[in-house]
Amino acid sequence: MNRTLTLSGVALIILALAPQIFPFLQFTLTIAIAKGFAALGVALLLRAGLISLGHAMYYAIGAYAAAFMAQKLGITDFAVIMIAATVISAFFGLVFGLFLVRYRAIFFAMLNLAVSMVIYSLASKLYGITGGTDGLRVAVPTIFGMELSKDAFDGVLYYVSIVLVVALGYLIHRYLKSPLGNALSAVHSNEVRLEYLGVSAWSSLLTAYTISAALAGVGGAIAALSIGHVLPEYAFWTESGHLVLTAVLGGIAGIAGPFLGSVFLELIHTIAVGFAAEAWNMIVGVALLVVIFFLPRGLFGLFERLSGQKATDGEPKL
Amino acid sequence: MSEVLLKAENLEVAFGGVKAADGVNLTIDKGEFVAIIGPNGSGKTTFLNLCTGYIRPVSGHVWLGDQEITRMAPRQIARRGIARAFQIPQLFTDHNVIENVMLAIASREGIWQAFTALDRPKYRAEAMELLELLNLGDYAETMAGTLPEGLRKLADVTVAMALRPQLLLLDEPTSGVSALERFPLMDTLMKAMKARGVTALFVEHDMEIVENYADRVVVWNAGTVMAEGTPAEVMKDPRVLENVVGIV
Amino acid sequence: MLQSIIPLAVDALANAALIFFVAVGLTLVFSVLRILNVAHGSFYSIGAYVAASVGLWIVGAGLPDWLTFPALLLSAAFVAALFGPIVEKTLVSWTYGKSEAVQVLVTFGLFLILEDLQRIVFGIQSVYQDTPMTMLGISEIGGIVYLNYQLLLIGLAGVVLVALRLFITRSRTGRLLAAVVADREVSEALGIDTQRMFMIAFTLGVFLAAIGGAMATPTTGVAPGLGADTMVLAFAVAAIGGLGQVEGAAIASIIVATAKVLAIYFAPSLDAVAPYLVMLAVLLVKPYGLFGSGSTRKI
Repeated sequence: MNRTLTLSGVALIILALAPQIFPFLQFTLTIAIAKGFAALGVALLLRAGLISLGHAMYYAIGAYAAAFMAQKLGITDFAVIMIAATVISAFFGLVFGLFLVRYRAIFFAMLNLAVSMVIYSLASKLYGITGGTDGLRVAVPTIFGMELSKDAFDGVLYYVSIVLVVALGYLIHRYLKSPLGNALSAVHSNEVRLEYLGVSAWSSLLTAYTISAALAGVGGAIAALSIGHVLPEYAFWTESGHLVLTAVLGGIAGIAGPFLGSVFLELIHTIAVGFAAEAWNMIVGVALLVVIFFLPRGLFGLFERLSGQKATDGEPKL
Repeated sequence: MSEVLLKAENLEVAFGGVKAADGVNLTIDKGEFVAIIGPNGSGKTTFLNLCTGYIRPVSGHVWLGDQEITRMAPRQIARRGIARAFQIPQLFTDHNVIENVMLAIASREGIWQAFTALDRPKYRAEAMELLELLNLGDYAETMAGTLPEGLRKLADVTVAMALRPQLLLLDEPTSGVSALERFPLMDTLMKAMKARGVTALFVEHDMEIVENYADRVVVWNAGTVMAEGTPAEVMKDPRVLENVVGIV
Repeated sequence: MLQSIIPLAVDALANAALIFFVAVGLTLVFSVLRILNVAHGSFYSIGAYVAASVGLWIVGAGLPDWLTFPALLLSAAFVAALFGPIVEKTLVSWTYGKSEAVQVLVTFGLFLILEDLQRIVFGIQSVYQDTPMTMLGISEIGGIVYLNYQLLLIGLAGVVLVALRLFITRSRTGRLLAAVVADREVSEALGIDTQRMFMIAFTLGVFLAAIGGAMATPTTGVAPGLGADTMVLAFAVAAIGGLGQVEGAAIASIIVATAKVLAIYFAPSLDAVAPYLVMLAVLLVKPYGLFGSGSTRKI
């Protein structure tokens, strides 16, 4: 465990220094962190054996919430935007979750997909609120009343994102070790026994579902502020598929896995755009199949194995 | 006068025309160790399912102490003090044995703890004590999914007992266990239940086990109680000999 | 009144026919293999690309125009033969008995690969080939003008529905498939070659998706993204009808297409949302679809 902690620490330091050495990486890594949050949300549900094919909607809701506040409500404060976007995503997660967490297996996947496609279609059609297919532009927020240039703000956003990775990552780590977090994988392995212990699988799952929506919302808000533009495509089902892919690629056992998967994918993407733009999806698809066939614990598992750590018993599996 | 713990009154339930419970009346007193015997399909497991809320009766009532629990969900009944061990052990296969027990303890104490660790000294000590009582101390760190069948049965009972139930329901505790292991397994269970003062109701098909361990026997036939009494009394009943023992 | 309703109904049914081909393939694969194939929509778009390319070649080579009709069916058969057996034997069969998450991800990986494969082979320009539709022309009955090709689509969908039902209930292979659907373990114990059944069902599913794509080409252009769009529509239809229900898929196709056509006429801004709103409304009331049932938990 200590080794994992050291590895994570080293990775964070690399993450913090990378843009200082290669400034062009800052944008790529900001987006990687944003998607990493959403993938972490998806990974929480995967622990309970639930695969969501609609989580990109919470990423989109977070992003649209940030854009809407800045553009339509005149709220420009960075902190307010971040917090409100998270709360709004969590709220939608709670409301949709009330109905969705009753279902398991493929029905859970499909119902999430259905809800996300409604959100996607509404985002494309409700011009008045969402700007339709043109999306919404996001102005540069102020930080405690200070107005910054886009460049300066991007720097702040990047380091705030890293701080959020540490802070939220720690909270989620605590949650997963807690009784409530353990109840999640218990739903997966034996829901009947859990009910007979007097625990409601439904409310344990609803908690996890709401948290996962909030995490996706944090990611969406970061992405919106970084890109400066939100589009309905954020909620398209293939994006949801990519989030599941990112989580599994990185590994769902720990907090670091989804972020690792996300950084890995974004870096490869940046490289691939140069010489194999048409084959990008193919590369990702093949990488996914290779990971599923040969690395059941994801890249994070590979990382640990290379550093001489063996698989721990009882970690969540797909 | 002994105190009534569980009382079932006129329970009726049918599956597609077959009455699995046809006006069942039964009481269990505190401290008793009651066995249910009967031919296959006579509704023994159905009775456990009715008591734990897994299925709901068409009519009739179930009381635990002075609370009516008739139409409650399994988790509500579990919180009120009925725990269950299954014929096929139900464990969290991705957790090790002691984590299974700690999760039961946490469920009893309140699962809504999101930031304190499940694996804490207090829970671990209590779980370990219980595991040792059931001779599972050496298997605390074994993955529940990889335990041999006999030990899995014991682990299942341990998880149920960690809830500190008033009433423990055991569904065929010795099925799937080799003939040689049966008596040691029952000895261990009896020792643990006596030590914790647990009242228990168990479904069993092995007459030898029933004769040796039960205080009282309830004979089930065609969804209803056909006879009840001490093992010795019941074994003399000609109807029991004809309908149950002959078949079992 | 009739003057305005009949064209609407024909529009809706022609739309329903196209959705039906792809959705029934998805639902058939699910019922036999118990796998939701996320790449199913890609077989639709590949079918469309192949059919459009072959059609363009036939016209370009100066061959008789009527050849474009058999070309539609042959293209679909070619796509099924090319992809069905090999994809089932290599990727899909590996996921049997694994969790839904693995199955969804493996087919999602396949979806990503097939998407780029189409981009590389067919380019990103929209491909359009409408000879079959223009050849059939229009007919006028009672003052109402019909596109004959739409009538052909509706007829073909009806034929496919009946043929599928007859195949399942009358043919030997169909009955064996039905046995595998009813109880996989018992079928295996009885000596049915389930592996072969899986391959047949999967290939048939690919064929149905490809036929949907091929038949769609005369009415619309083929462009990147078609597979992804079709996929969700097929999901919606299969879910509304109940996963695994052949007739359910037919009825759901009509419901979805009607909702879409009504939306286009009366609330154009809602046309894209309509299928999913219908899906949500149905699933809120009947979570396992109109004709489906969820698997129950057992002790």
